[in-house]
Amino acid sequence: MKRKAKILDKNGIQKAIIRIAHEILERNKEKKKLVIVGIRNRGEFLAYRIAAFLKKTTEQKVPIGILDITLYRDDLTEVAEQPVLKETKINFDITGKKVVLVDDVLYTGRTIRCAMDQLIDFGRPAVIQLAVLVDRGHRELPIRADYVGKNVPTALNEIVEVKLEETDGVDEVAICEKPE
Amino acid sequence: MNLLIKNGHIIDPANGRDGVSDILIKHGKISNVAKNISKKTNKVIDAKNRIISPGLIDMHVHLREPGREDIETVASGTRAALSGGITSVACMPNTYPPIDNCGEARRLKDIIKRDAACSVFIVGAITKERSGVEITDIKAMKEEGIIALSDDGAAVQNGSIMLRALKKAAENDILVIAHCENKNISKNGVVNEGIIATKLGLRGIPRKAEYEFVERDIGLAGEAKARIHIAHVSTRESVEIIRKAKKDGIPVTAEAAPHHFSMKENACETYDTRTKMNPPLRSIEDVEAIKEGLKDGTIDTIASDHAPHGKHEKEITFDLAAFGIIGLETSLGLAIINLVDKKIISWQKLIELMSVNPAGILGLKRKGNLSVGSDADITIIDPEKEWIYTRDSIRSESKNSPFINQRFKGKVTHAIVGGEISYAAI
Amino acid sequence: MLTKSPYVRSRNRMTIKKTFTWTKKDLLGIEDLTKEEIELILDNAGSFKEVLTRPLRKVPTLRGKTIANLFYEPSTRTRTSFELAAKRLSADIVTMLKESSSIQKGETLIDTGKNLEALKIDVIVVRHNSSGAAATLSRALNISVVNAGDGWHEHPTQALLDILTLREKRGKIAGLNVSIIGDIAHSRVARSNIWGLTKLGANVTVCAPKKLIPAGIEKLGVDVTTSVEEAIKKADAINILRMQFERDEKKAFPSRMEYFRTYGITEERLKKAKKNIIVMHPGPINRGVEMSAEVADGANSVILEQVTNGIAVRMAVLYLVATAKKTNEPIN
Repeated sequence: MKRKAKILDKNGIQKAIIRIAHEILERNKEKKKLVIVGIRNRGEFLAYRIAAFLKKTTEQKVPIGILDITLYRDDLTEVAEQPVLKETKINFDITGKKVVLVDDVLYTGRTIRCAMDQLIDFGRPAVIQLAVLVDRGHRELPIRADYVGKNVPTALNEIVEVKLEETDGVDEVAICEKPE
Repeated sequence: MNLLIKNGHIIDPANGRDGVSDILIKHGKISNVAKNISKKTNKVIDAKNRIISPGLIDMHVHLREPGREDIETVASGTRAALSGGITSVACMPNTYPPIDNCGEARRLKDIIKRDAACSVFIVGAITKERSGVEITDIKAMKEEGIIALSDDGAAVQNGSIMLRALKKAAENDILVIAHCENKNISKNGVVNEGIIATKLGLRGIPRKAEYEFVERDIGLAGEAKARIHIAHVSTRESVEIIRKAKKDGIPVTAEAAPHHFSMKENACETYDTRTKMNPPLRSIEDVEAIKEGLKDGTIDTIASDHAPHGKHEKEITFDLAAFGIIGLETSLGLAIINLVDKKIISWQKLIELMSVNPAGILGLKRKGNLSVGSDADITIIDPEKEWIYTRDSIRSESKNSPFINQRFKGKVTHAIVGGEISYAAI
Repeated sequence: MLTKSPYVRSRNRMTIKKTFTWTKKDLLGIEDLTKEEIELILDNAGSFKEVLTRPLRKVPTLRGKTIANLFYEPSTRTRTSFELAAKRLSADIVTMLKESSSIQKGETLIDTGKNLEALKIDVIVVRHNSSGAAATLSRALNISVVNAGDGWHEHPTQALLDILTLREKRGKIAGLNVSIIGDIAHSRVARSNIWGLTKLGANVTVCAPKKLIPAGIEKLGVDVTTSVEEAIKKADAINILRMQFERDEKKAFPSRMEYFRTYGITEERLKKAKKNIIVMHPGPINRGVEMSAEVADGANSVILEQVTNGIAVRMAVLYLVATAKKTNEPIN
C-alpha cells in the first residue's frame, strides 16, 4: 500500500489515549458501573491501554471485555478473505452497566452496529458509549463516537492504517492509498 | 459390390503379410491381395498411411436384447462396435429371457438377421437361467448355431456340475467361456479388496475369488478334455495359473478387458460408479501382469466385456450401482495408447490379439485373416489420428464409460463387413 | 476479569495471524482436509463454544440460510446436534428422515438432493448407509453437502469433535498416543479419526479382533494390534467404538459377553494404563459390552464433553461451508 501521510506517531497516539481516558472519567462520574469493551482486533489493545490509564488515575480496576464481531457481520459471503473467528470474552454481566466500546477506526459505522447488536445479546446495558482512535468520516449508518482521538478527513480511495506495538511492533497511524 | 482398397499398410499375421498392398473385394469376399491392383470397381478407398487389418473380433459383449432394449439393442450395439473397428462380436446370454434354450437362440438369430450391423455370434448359457443347477440342452443349442457356452455374469458355483457341463461341451465340441468367480469368497464385494476398499469403506472382493476358480475350471476342463476360455482375467495370480497351464499343454485360452490394463483400483476413489465393474479394477501389479500376459501370449485376446447400463442403474450410490461399463468404441483406442504406443506390443501383435486369435478361438476360419476367399471383414485405421471420445459421439444407447473426454491416438476410418462399408468416419 | 493484555507483557511481536481462507463448499471427509483446515475448524469451534456459554445462546450469523438434515439412518444424537448447531447460528433447519414417504417410495438419493436444491436449501447434512453417498450427492449438486456419516467411510464431524476434546485436554495432538478400539473394518468414526489424528501428528494404534481389521489399514500410517492390553498400555487416549451386534455381518464374536471379556474396557484393564488416560466413545454406549458402566461414568471418561464439543464443531463446520469464499472482492 502506498503511504501518503503519517497522522499520528507513538507520542500522538499516547496523548490521544490519555485524553480519551480523561474524557471518559469526566462523563462517567459513577465509576462503579463502568466497563470497557474492545472490538477485535486493535480495539482490544486500545481498550487495555485505556483501562490501564484509568487504573493508574483512579486506583480502580475497570472490567474489560473483548468482542469479536465476525458472527454478527452482514457481509460474510461478500468479503474476500474469511475473517478468522476469535473468541469473544465478556465475563461479567453487562446489564445496567455503562459500556464504553473501543475501536481503532470509525468509518461506515457497520462494525459498531454489529458490536451493539452483539452486546445487547449479552444483556441490557444502561448506556453504550463509543471511543475511537480515529474518525475518518463517511458514515453509512446514524452512528457517532463519544470520544475521538483524532478526526481525519479521508477520501474513499484512501485507507487509514493503524499500527500498534502489541500487534504490529510500532505505534503509528497513517493514510494510505487503496491498492487497485 | 466390388471394392478396392489401395495403398494401405496391410497387417495380416495369419498370412505373414506386413506391408503396403492393395486389396480387391468381390461379392463380399477377399478376391486378391497384391501391389498395384488396377481392376475397375464400384468404389475405391485410398488407404495411404492407413493400417489395413482383418476385421476386429470382440468375443465378450452384452447386447442386452431381448429384455433390456432401453439400454442397448442388437442394432445399437453393433453400430457401436463398428465405430470401434469391430466387425464381429460374440454376445453373452444374460438377457431377459436368457439364451438357455433353442427357442430363444432362434429368436435372437432372427433379431440379428434383421437388425445387426455387423456379424453377431451367440453364446448360449451353460445352465438354465444361468443359475448353476440344471445344464442346458447343449447339443440342441449347438445345432441351432450357438458358438460357445457361458453363464457369464455368474459362475457355475458347484464344481461337479461344471465338470458335467464341460464333459457335455467336449462331447459336442463346443467352447466353454468361464466367468471365474467364487461367490462364497466375493460375496457382495464391490471393489478390489485392499487399501482402496479400506479407505473408501466399501466391501472388498478378494482376488482369490477369481484365481481359485480359474485354477478349478482349468483343472476340470483338463479332466473333461474340453476346450475352455477364461473370461476377463484381472489378477496376476490368474495370469500365472494360465501361463503354467499353457506350458503344461492344456488347451486353455484367455481374454483381458481393456479397463484391466488401462485403469487401477484408485480410479474408484471418487466413488464414480463408472469405475465399478466385475471383476473389479485391481492394483498396479495386476495391471502390469495383464500387460505382460498380453505380450507373452498367456492372454490370447482383448475382449471389451461391453456392459451397457442405464442412468438409473449407475447414477446412484456406489454399493448399489450396477457393475460394468461400455467398451466397444474404446477397446481399440485403449489398446493402442496403453500397449502399442507404450511399445509393449507391436501393431502386428495387436491385430493378433484383436482379430487372428479370437477368430481361432471361436473357430471362425474365414475371419481374422485376409486370405483370398475369406470374408471381406476389414478394419482400416489411421494410426496417427488424435481424437477425443466425447459423450455425444457415443453410438451405444448407454453412456456409462469412464473414458469420456479422454484423448486417444489411432482412429478407425472404415469398418467393412462382408465387403460393405458399414462404417466410415466423417 | 481482564485488566491487562497478556500480549503486552510478551516481548515478541504478535502479528495478526494471516487470514486463511476456507474455500470448500462441502465437508465430505477428513481425508480431503489439510492440517491447516482441520486446525481452522478446531479454532473456530473454540469460539463457538463460547457462544454456548452466553445467556443468549445464539448468533445471527447464518440468519436466512436454510439447512436440511437428510438422515437415511436413524440417529437421534447426531441429528439433534446438527439441529441445535444450525439453530444457534440462527439458520432455519428442516429434517427429512428415511421414514418420510418420498425416500421410502424409492426416490434416489440424487433425486432427493435435487429436490432439496430446488427448495433453495443452502446446506444438506446427509447421513446414509452407503459409503460414498455424500460424495455422490456433492457431485450432483451445487449446494453445500456436509457428511454426517456415510456407510463405513467417514464421519468427519465426529472425528473433529474427538480431536477437539483431546486438544482441550492435552494442549496439542502431535506426539499423542491414541488407540482406537473396536470394529475398525465397519467404522466410519475410526477412519475419520485415523485421517485427522495422523495429519496432526498423533501416533495411532487400531485394535480389533482379526476379522474386524480391514485389509491394508497399516498403509494409513497406523499400528495394528489384536490385543486390547497392548492397545491400552502406552495410550494417552483411547477411543472406544460402538460394537454393533444388530448388523447383518457375520460377527467375530458370538456374544456380547465374549466381546466384553476380550475387548471390553474395564477399570481392571485401565489399571495397567497411564494414570490420566482419556477414555472416549462416540455414543451411544453399550454398557457392559465395549466398556463397563464404571468406566463410562468414571473420571477418565470425557464422553459428555465430546457431546458439548459436538455442537461447537458442527456450528463451526456449518459456518465455514455456508460462508465459503467464492469471490475476491476487497473488504470496505
